[in-house]
Amino acid sequence: MDFASSERAGAQPREITSAKIVIAGGFGVGKTTLVGAVSEIEPLTTEALMTSAGQGVDDASKVPGKETTTVAMDFGRITMADDLILYLFGTPGQTRFWFMWDELIRGAVGAAVLVDTRRIADAFAPLDYFENRHLPYIVALNCFDGAPRYEPDEVREALAIPSHVPMVLCDARHRESVKQVLVHVVEHAMATLVAEQSGGYPAVVG
Amino acid sequence: MGQPQDPRGNLVRPYAVTRGRTEPRRDIPIEAVLVASQAAVQEARFAGHDKYRIAILCEAKAQSLAELSAHTRLPLGVARVLVADMVADGLLSLHSAAPKKGFTERMDLLERVLSGLRKL
Repeated sequence: MDFASSERAGAQPREITSAKIVIAGGFGVGKTTLVGAVSEIEPLTTEALMTSAGQGVDDASKVPGKETTTVAMDFGRITMADDLILYLFGTPGQTRFWFMWDELIRGAVGAAVLVDTRRIADAFAPLDYFENRHLPYIVALNCFDGAPRYEPDEVREALAIPSHVPMVLCDARHRESVKQVLVHVVEHAMATLVAEQSGGYPAVVG
Repeated sequence: MGQPQDPRGNLVRPYAVTRGRTEPRRDIPIEAVLVASQAAVQEARFAGHDKYRIAILCEAKAQSLAELSAHTRLPLGVARVLVADMVADGLLSLHSAAPKKGFTERMDLLERVLSGLRKL
């Protein structure tokens, strides 16, 4: 990718397109592990700052005297072509940082909500969040060793996941499994886009 | 009694590198990719330490605002102000800043991402 020389030669450098997929879920559910399983770089961390007063999201009583809070987001990168890069962003684990999620999902292809079947209740907040947003998302059940194996239908019922939201089993440590999760996200995004284009869901016939 | 506390608190310190500005000259998505030419790197020598570092990173490899923030250890908001300045000053070129709008454009992107994932 020799942009420098092409610019000097006066040629128009090729436009690079970047896409992003958001990996959401509760604290410690394996988001960074999932990102690291497919990323070409060690997951990086970017930090955002905010004031406790300005955003009203930080419980200042828990950290006396502390006026700023740092929200960390881990992310990875997959360079697919000279002109196409896919970024995978993990959401901040703490649910009090919702406003940061808004920035992350803006312009995203889609999202996967990672669920730990040992702590299903942690998934309520992330699922609620996506329920009210215009972003295609799927649910990925992370199957930890020794985790109680619920049937996907049981989890769907327990978490009241709408029937149009796809659900997959995965192992966030394994590249092949994570690849499949991402493929499902993109396929679901395509199906959603087609449905929007035709003015309704294709399944509804007659 | 000491000085009254600045109501902006500790946020002032990280934004010292932007001379206190917290609003970027233009919005830059976290995943938008930035590229610098060799000539721009030379010019950025005189733009200050942080902007020079950013230019060097973007000449070595096209990278996103998020990566620049991570590599320079500058908070995202600070990196965004600097990068927006550099784009305005012609030191960096900004790629894919506009969201894909039309059906065909969006579907083409999804298809390319899908085929890229399958090839992994």
